[in-house]
Amino acid sequence: MSKAILQLDALSCPSCMQKIQGALEKQAGVDTVKVLFNAAKVKTEFDADQVSADQLSNVVSDLGYEVKSVKVKS
Amino acid sequence: MKFQKFINQHLNQITLATAILIGVGFAGKLIGSNIIYTVSFIVASVISAVPIMMRAFSALRFRTISIELLVSIAVIGAFLIGEYNESAIVTFLFLFGTFLEDKTLAKTRHAIKDLTEMAPTTADVVQDDGSTEETDVDFVDVGDVVLVKTGAQVPVDGEIVSGSGHLNEASINGESKLAAKTTGDPVYAGTMLDNGTVQVRATKVGDDTTFGKIVELVEDAQDTKSPAEKFIDKFATYYTPAVLVIALLVGLIFQDFRLAITVLVLGCPGALVIGAPVSNVAGIGNGAKNGVLIKGGDVMNTLSKVDTIVFDKTGTLTEGKTAVTHFKNSSDNDGVLAYAAAVEKESDHPLAKAVVAYAKTHGSDFDQLEVTASDTIKGRGILAQVNGQDVLIGNRQLMTDHQIELTATQSSDLQEIQHQGSSSVIIAIAGKVQAIIGISDVIRPGVKESLQLLKKAGVKKTVMLTGDNQLTAQSVAGQLGIDEVHAELMPEDKVNFVKDFQKSGHTVAFVGDGINDSPSLATANIGIAMGSGTDVAVETSDVVLMSSGFDELVHAFGLARKTVLNTKENIVIAVGTVAFLLLGLLVGVIYMASGMFVHEASILVVIFNAMRLIKFRIKTPKLDSDQLSATEVKLS
Repeated sequence: MSKAILQLDALSCPSCMQKIQGALEKQAGVDTVKVLFNAAKVKTEFDADQVSADQLSNVVSDLGYEVKSVKVKS
Repeated sequence: MKFQKFINQHLNQITLATAILIGVGFAGKLIGSNIIYTVSFIVASVISAVPIMMRAFSALRFRTISIELLVSIAVIGAFLIGEYNESAIVTFLFLFGTFLEDKTLAKTRHAIKDLTEMAPTTADVVQDDGSTEETDVDFVDVGDVVLVKTGAQVPVDGEIVSGSGHLNEASINGESKLAAKTTGDPVYAGTMLDNGTVQVRATKVGDDTTFGKIVELVEDAQDTKSPAEKFIDKFATYYTPAVLVIALLVGLIFQDFRLAITVLVLGCPGALVIGAPVSNVAGIGNGAKNGVLIKGGDVMNTLSKVDTIVFDKTGTLTEGKTAVTHFKNSSDNDGVLAYAAAVEKESDHPLAKAVVAYAKTHGSDFDQLEVTASDTIKGRGILAQVNGQDVLIGNRQLMTDHQIELTATQSSDLQEIQHQGSSSVIIAIAGKVQAIIGISDVIRPGVKESLQLLKKAGVKKTVMLTGDNQLTAQSVAGQLGIDEVHAELMPEDKVNFVKDFQKSGHTVAFVGDGINDSPSLATANIGIAMGSGTDVAVETSDVVLMSSGFDELVHAFGLARKTVLNTKENIVIAVGTVAFLLLGLLVGVIYMASGMFVHEASILVVIFNAMRLIKFRIKTPKLDSDQLSATEVKLS
């Protein structure tokens, strides 16, 4: 199980949180997703064989949120 | 999705354009041009409605009825019945309100932002050939050696392998005094090397460092919801759809389309949704800045209700180190202390160590003294010869055994020392008592004053639980003005006392040093750890006092009460706004645009109210305002 932390641009609406959470959870191989609203961070655990951190980052940026950095720990 | 991103990135420009168009529209009306007026407002409505509808739609895809949806329907409605100015003004106010919300929210969050920005980013890793290479901290491995120069930040947790210097560790423990460190000493990521040069072998890197954990804790804490927030979240999920239904009913029953869409705008739950979280974010941020880590809104809430505080003695109320507190020299011989230290220096006994430390700090030169025939008698003391003279150091029994009498003054000195809960050591040279030394655990500075402040802040009862003996415990409690004392306890006894207090209806906070007290910390409603940045303390407790200071404890209590009060104020403001708007609608003075204005204003009011928490600080008698601002400058 790999862990990734995505740093986003500041989040302002609580509904953004649900959007990001929902979209990431639907991805195959994603185990847990935690969106930190105030810190504008997404912490996720995923199976690196099924999905990559870059793909997850793309999912978030496709929703319209800028991903500033991605940290991955395997 | 490209379009969505474009809109999100240009939200400010869209808001500005809408404002200009509204201005042009009103100017057109002034000069009597109906075309300019109508066209400007139509264009303004359309461009400002796009981002709102987009958000409404994407929230709907996740089955959430958002505030944006209410506004979108209202705006479309107003547009359909030709109220272009209403629709334009409502959307503009909504966008502008969001803009101000973002800006002010960023202010309430800046404490964590400051914290994360203090995190080190690069490290100079020492290579095999002795050269250094600048590396991103994320790529430094455990075991790597990094070079830290004067003025630079330590990038990892580790141990100094060469060099020495003075470190500013304020980011870890809030302590602004410099710490001198040399080979073998631990250093922490995020601290600054004030002078010197050191090489550090990394033991923890990145998010595993103490600093990384603190940041993570504060970030998580700000998102941990208080009961009030949880209630409002639940409320909002039903409230927003309910507004939609009510508007529909109003429209059907009164056959009044305009009234129905007005209800949609007025019913927006804006200030209610943001009021409670924003207070907690500001409160937790304030704590983090002042060395108090509070793990979330629920902890904040419970902490504000605490009426009984239970303290561990050793290491919490006292320093946890024995030191000489009395030195009664009844002879005219200045060398007594040196003689005592010379004899005691070979001993590992805590009392002996305290005597040696005291002699060192008082400039006694005892290294040259020749000690012979040293003999330790268990439970009595030590016999020895120093420079050929018989020296006895020990308790009264030792003196009695050797037929040495105390004078009346010496006896009363001894009693005085024992009465204060200190251990006593008697020194006799050549068959005569020369001096009596009192040794005890030193009470932390400022504890008494802090306990008084806590009482003033509404804490009803203070209790001390200790494994130490009854006499010492009574003495410490007496000096500090503690209400209740229980001594000679095992760790499980402490837990039982905490449980008993809880059973009799008290909300209990346990203050301990975080390691041996963990069962009590876990049992109490609030576990408060005297931190100094240790992992165990940071993880097991609800509140961590970073520099283990009692003024931080007072601050934590005051802050919790203030934050909970602030949350309540915000809820009153929010509910009051909705009531005011409904009343206004009934008497016919509030319409869509004015309703939206009041809403956005109320959102800003709750944010500004929460921002007062950022500056909150309990006035401690020890610090004057100059010192305070000086410490604040160092921390920020």
